[in-house]
Amino acid sequence: MTPALHLFLIVSAALFCIGLLAALSRRHAIFILIGIEMMLAAANLNFIAFWRFGPQPQPPTGVMVAIFSIAIAAAEAAVGLALVIAVYRHYRTTNVDQLNRLKG
Amino acid sequence: MNSVAFILIAILTLAAALAAASLPKLIHAALSFAVTFVGVAAFFFLLGAEFVGLVQVFVYIGAVAVLIVFTILLTRRDVGKNRGFNWGGVAIAIAVFGGLIWAILKTQPLSIAAPPIEALTVKRIGEVLMTSYVWPLQCVGLVLTAALIGALILVMNEER
Repeated sequence: MTPALHLFLIVSAALFCIGLLAALSRRHAIFILIGIEMMLAAANLNFIAFWRFGPQPQPPTGVMVAIFSIAIAAAEAAVGLALVIAVYRHYRTTNVDQLNRLKG
Repeated sequence: MNSVAFILIAILTLAAALAAASLPKLIHAALSFAVTFVGVAAFFFLLGAEFVGLVQVFVYIGAVAVLIVFTILLTRRDVGKNRGFNWGGVAIAIAVFGGLIWAILKTQPLSIAAPPIEALTVKRIGEVLMTSYVWPLQCVGLVLTAALIGALILVMNEER
Protein backbone atom coordinates (compact mmCIF):
# COMPACT_ATOMS: atom_id res chain seq x y z
CA MET A 1 0.00 0.00 0.00
CA THR A 2 1.73 3.14 -1.19
CA PRO A 3 0.77 6.53 0.22
CA ALA A 4 -1.85 8.50 -1.71
CA LEU A 5 -1.16 10.92 -4.53
CA HIS A 6 -1.90 13.96 -2.35
CA LEU A 7 1.09 13.27 -0.13
CA PHE A 8 3.46 13.11 -3.08
CA LEU A 9 2.04 16.34 -4.47
CA ILE A 10 2.43 18.08 -1.10
CA VAL A 11 6.07 16.95 -0.77
CA SER A 12 6.70 18.07 -4.34
CA ALA A 13 5.11 21.46 -3.65
CA ALA A 14 7.27 21.86 -0.56
CA LEU A 15 10.41 20.99 -2.53
CA PHE A 16 9.41 23.46 -5.25
CA CYS A 17 8.88 26.25 -2.71
CA ILE A 18 12.22 25.57 -1.02
CA GLY A 19 13.86 25.80 -4.45
CA LEU A 20 11.98 29.05 -5.08
CA LEU A 21 13.18 30.36 -1.72
CA ALA A 22 16.78 29.50 -2.60
CA ALA A 23 16.48 31.10 -6.04
CA LEU A 24 14.81 34.28 -4.80
CA SER A 25 16.49 35.05 -1.51
CA ARG A 26 20.13 33.99 -1.84
CA ARG A 27 22.48 36.45 -3.49
CA HIS A 28 25.05 33.96 -4.74
CA ALA A 29 24.69 32.81 -8.35
CA ILE A 30 25.41 29.14 -7.53
CA PHE A 31 22.61 29.12 -4.96
CA ILE A 32 20.23 30.36 -7.62
CA LEU A 33 21.23 27.44 -9.86
CA ILE A 34 20.77 25.01 -6.96
CA GLY A 35 17.27 26.41 -6.42
CA ILE A 36 16.39 26.00 -10.09
CA GLU A 37 17.60 22.39 -10.05
CA MET A 38 15.42 21.72 -6.98
CA MET A 39 12.37 23.15 -8.74
CA LEU A 40 13.06 20.91 -11.75
CA ALA A 41 13.36 17.88 -9.46
CA ALA A 42 10.00 18.75 -7.89
CA ALA A 43 8.44 18.85 -11.36
CA ASN A 44 9.97 15.43 -12.14
CA LEU A 45 8.53 14.04 -8.91
CA ASN A 46 5.10 15.26 -10.00
CA PHE A 47 5.46 13.61 -13.42
CA ILE A 48 6.38 10.27 -11.86
CA ALA A 49 3.63 10.50 -9.22
CA PHE A 50 0.95 11.24 -11.82
CA TRP A 51 2.28 8.42 -14.02
CA ARG A 52 2.06 5.99 -11.09
CA PHE A 53 -1.42 6.99 -9.91
CA GLY A 54 -3.08 7.83 -13.22
CA PRO A 55 -4.41 5.47 -15.87
CA GLN A 56 -1.49 3.66 -17.48
CA PRO A 57 -0.93 4.60 -21.11
CA GLN A 58 0.83 2.06 -23.29
CA PRO A 59 4.08 3.99 -23.73
CA PRO A 60 5.07 5.04 -20.18
CA THR A 61 4.72 8.76 -20.90
CA GLY A 62 5.44 10.11 -17.42
CA VAL A 63 8.70 8.20 -17.17
CA MET A 64 9.78 9.38 -20.62
CA VAL A 65 9.04 13.01 -19.82
CA ALA A 66 10.98 12.70 -16.57
CA ILE A 67 14.02 11.22 -18.39
CA PHE A 68 14.02 14.00 -20.99
CA SER A 69 13.55 16.58 -18.27
CA ILE A 70 16.61 15.26 -16.41
CA ALA A 71 18.65 15.53 -19.63
CA ILE A 72 17.53 19.14 -20.17
CA ALA A 73 18.31 19.94 -16.53
CA ALA A 74 21.84 18.57 -16.98
CA ALA A 75 22.38 20.77 -20.06
CA GLU A 76 21.02 23.75 -18.13
CA ALA A 77 23.36 23.10 -15.20
CA ALA A 78 26.41 22.88 -17.51
CA VAL A 79 25.62 26.15 -19.29
CA GLY A 80 24.62 27.89 -16.05
CA LEU A 81 27.83 26.97 -14.25
CA ALA A 82 29.89 28.01 -17.30
CA LEU A 83 28.10 31.37 -17.16
CA VAL A 84 28.92 31.68 -13.46
CA ILE A 85 32.60 31.08 -14.18
CA ALA A 86 32.59 33.55 -17.10
CA VAL A 87 30.89 36.21 -14.95
CA TYR A 88 33.37 35.58 -12.15
CA ARG A 89 36.28 36.15 -14.56
CA HIS A 90 34.84 39.45 -15.74
CA TYR A 91 33.63 40.98 -12.50
CA ARG A 92 35.55 39.04 -9.82
CA THR A 93 32.27 38.42 -8.03
CA THR A 94 29.37 35.99 -8.14
CA ASN A 95 27.00 38.15 -6.11
CA VAL A 96 24.06 38.84 -8.37
CA ASP A 97 23.36 42.18 -6.64
CA GLN A 98 26.68 43.55 -7.89
CA LEU A 99 26.04 42.61 -11.52
CA ASN A 100 24.13 45.81 -12.20
CA ARG A 101 25.95 47.38 -15.13
CA LEU A 102 22.81 47.37 -17.27
CA LYS A 103 20.80 49.12 -14.54
CA GLY A 104 19.47 52.50 -15.74
CA MET B 1 5.90 -0.33 5.64
CA ASN B 2 5.71 1.90 2.62
CA SER B 3 4.14 4.70 4.63
CA VAL B 4 7.04 4.60 7.07
CA ALA B 5 9.49 4.70 4.16
CA PHE B 6 7.56 7.60 2.64
CA ILE B 7 7.67 9.65 5.85
CA LEU B 8 11.38 8.97 6.38
CA ILE B 9 12.29 9.89 2.79
CA ALA B 10 10.09 13.01 2.90
CA ILE B 11 11.75 14.23 6.11
CA LEU B 12 15.24 13.53 4.73
CA THR B 13 14.54 15.23 1.40
CA LEU B 14 12.88 18.34 2.80
CA ALA B 15 15.42 18.78 5.61
CA ALA B 16 18.31 18.48 3.13
CA ALA B 17 16.58 20.90 0.76
CA LEU B 18 16.07 23.43 3.56
CA ALA B 19 19.72 23.04 4.54
CA ALA B 20 20.81 23.54 0.92
CA ALA B 21 18.71 26.70 0.72
CA SER B 22 19.80 28.22 4.02
CA LEU B 23 23.32 27.09 4.97
CA PRO B 24 25.75 30.02 4.78
CA LYS B 25 28.74 27.98 3.54
CA LEU B 26 28.55 27.13 -0.14
CA ILE B 27 30.26 23.76 0.08
CA HIS B 28 27.88 22.56 2.82
CA ALA B 29 24.95 23.69 0.70
CA ALA B 30 26.32 21.74 -2.28
CA LEU B 31 26.59 18.55 -0.18
CA SER B 32 23.04 19.03 1.17
CA PHE B 33 21.96 19.47 -2.44
CA ALA B 34 23.39 16.03 -3.24
CA VAL B 35 21.50 14.53 -0.26
CA THR B 36 18.29 16.16 -1.53
CA PHE B 37 18.69 14.40 -4.83
CA VAL B 38 19.32 11.06 -3.11
CA GLY B 39 15.94 11.62 -1.44
CA VAL B 40 14.22 12.42 -4.72
CA ALA B 41 15.74 9.30 -6.28
CA ALA B 42 14.41 7.29 -3.32
CA PHE B 43 10.95 8.68 -4.07
CA PHE B 44 11.30 7.45 -7.64
CA PHE B 45 12.22 3.99 -6.37
CA LEU B 46 9.20 4.06 -4.05
CA LEU B 47 6.94 4.94 -6.98
CA GLY B 48 8.21 2.06 -9.12
CA ALA B 49 10.28 4.09 -11.59
CA GLU B 50 13.62 2.47 -10.79
CA PHE B 51 15.30 3.50 -14.05
CA VAL B 52 14.51 7.19 -13.49
CA GLY B 53 15.83 6.92 -9.94
CA LEU B 54 19.11 5.47 -11.21
CA VAL B 55 19.38 8.15 -13.90
CA GLN B 56 18.73 10.77 -11.24
CA VAL B 57 21.57 9.43 -9.08
CA PHE B 58 23.99 9.20 -12.01
CA VAL B 59 23.22 12.61 -13.49
CA TYR B 60 22.69 14.71 -10.39
CA ILE B 61 25.07 13.21 -7.87
CA GLY B 62 27.61 11.96 -10.39
CA ALA B 63 27.71 14.99 -12.65
CA VAL B 64 25.81 18.07 -11.49
CA ALA B 65 26.91 17.99 -7.84
CA VAL B 66 30.54 17.49 -8.90
CA LEU B 67 30.22 20.38 -11.38
CA ILE B 68 28.82 22.61 -8.64
CA VAL B 69 31.66 21.71 -6.27
CA PHE B 70 34.22 22.47 -9.00
CA THR B 71 32.56 25.81 -9.72
CA ILE B 72 32.66 26.66 -6.02
CA LEU B 73 36.37 25.85 -5.95
CA LEU B 74 37.03 27.95 -9.07
CA THR B 75 35.18 30.98 -7.69
CA ARG B 76 36.64 30.55 -4.25
CA ARG B 77 38.07 34.03 -3.68
CA ASP B 78 34.55 35.34 -3.54
CA VAL B 79 33.22 33.41 -0.56
CA GLY B 80 32.29 35.27 2.58
CA LYS B 81 31.55 38.51 0.80
CA ASN B 82 27.99 37.74 -0.09
CA ARG B 83 26.08 36.72 2.97
CA GLY B 84 23.09 38.81 1.94
CA PHE B 85 19.66 37.30 2.39
CA ASN B 86 16.51 38.66 0.84
CA TRP B 87 13.54 38.16 3.15
CA GLY B 88 11.09 39.10 0.42
CA GLY B 89 11.89 35.78 -1.26
CA VAL B 90 10.84 33.90 1.89
CA ALA B 91 7.46 35.64 1.89
CA ILE B 92 6.92 34.86 -1.80
CA ALA B 93 7.91 31.20 -1.32
CA ILE B 94 5.54 30.80 1.65
CA ALA B 95 2.72 32.45 -0.33
CA VAL B 96 3.31 30.12 -3.32
CA PHE B 97 3.41 27.12 -0.96
CA GLY B 98 0.10 28.14 0.60
CA GLY B 99 -1.50 28.53 -2.81
CA LEU B 100 -0.23 25.14 -4.00
CA ILE B 101 -1.40 23.37 -0.82
CA TRP B 102 -4.81 25.00 -1.13
CA ALA B 103 -5.10 23.87 -4.75
CA ILE B 104 -3.94 20.31 -3.97
CA LEU B 105 -6.34 19.87 -1.04
CA LYS B 106 -9.30 21.29 -2.94
CA THR B 107 -9.08 18.97 -5.96
CA GLN B 108 -10.63 15.53 -6.11
CA PRO B 109 -7.96 12.81 -5.97
CA LEU B 110 -7.47 10.70 -9.11
CA SER B 111 -7.49 7.47 -7.16
CA ILE B 112 -6.85 6.71 -3.52
CA ALA B 113 -4.63 3.68 -3.99
CA ALA B 114 -2.08 3.23 -6.74
CA PRO B 115 -3.30 0.82 -9.41
CA PRO B 116 -1.21 -2.33 -9.72
CA ILE B 117 1.19 -2.12 -12.62
CA GLU B 118 3.58 -4.52 -14.23
CA ALA B 119 7.21 -3.67 -13.55
CA LEU B 120 8.63 -1.12 -15.97
CA THR B 121 11.75 -2.81 -17.32
CA VAL B 122 14.75 -1.11 -18.91
CA LYS B 123 14.06 -3.20 -22.02
CA ARG B 124 10.61 -1.64 -22.33
CA ILE B 125 12.02 1.87 -21.83
CA GLY B 126 14.65 1.22 -24.49
CA GLU B 127 12.03 -0.02 -26.95
CA VAL B 128 9.84 3.03 -26.37
CA LEU B 129 12.83 5.38 -26.65
CA MET B 130 13.83 3.84 -29.97
CA THR B 131 10.33 3.75 -31.49
CA SER B 132 7.79 6.37 -30.49
CA TYR B 133 10.26 8.72 -28.77
CA VAL B 134 13.09 8.57 -31.30
CA TRP B 135 12.72 12.20 -32.46
CA PRO B 136 12.69 13.66 -28.93
CA LEU B 137 15.73 11.48 -28.20
CA GLN B 138 17.64 12.91 -31.19
CA CYS B 139 16.63 16.46 -30.24
CA VAL B 140 17.87 15.93 -26.67
CA GLY B 141 21.14 14.62 -28.05
CA LEU B 142 21.48 17.75 -30.18
CA VAL B 143 20.62 19.98 -27.20
CA LEU B 144 23.21 18.26 -25.01
CA THR B 145 25.92 18.58 -27.69
CA ALA B 146 25.10 22.25 -28.26
CA ALA B 147 25.02 22.93 -24.52
CA LEU B 148 28.40 21.32 -23.91
CA ILE B 149 30.04 23.14 -26.85
CA GLY B 150 28.44 26.38 -25.66
CA ALA B 151 29.69 25.84 -22.11
CA LEU B 152 33.21 25.22 -23.43
CA ILE B 153 33.13 28.38 -25.55
CA LEU B 154 31.82 30.41 -22.60
CA VAL B 155 34.71 29.45 -20.34
CA MET B 156 37.48 29.45 -22.99
CA ASN B 157 40.36 31.82 -22.37
CA GLU B 158 39.64 35.28 -23.71
CA GLU B 159 43.17 36.52 -24.41
CA ARG B 160 44.22 34.91 -27.66
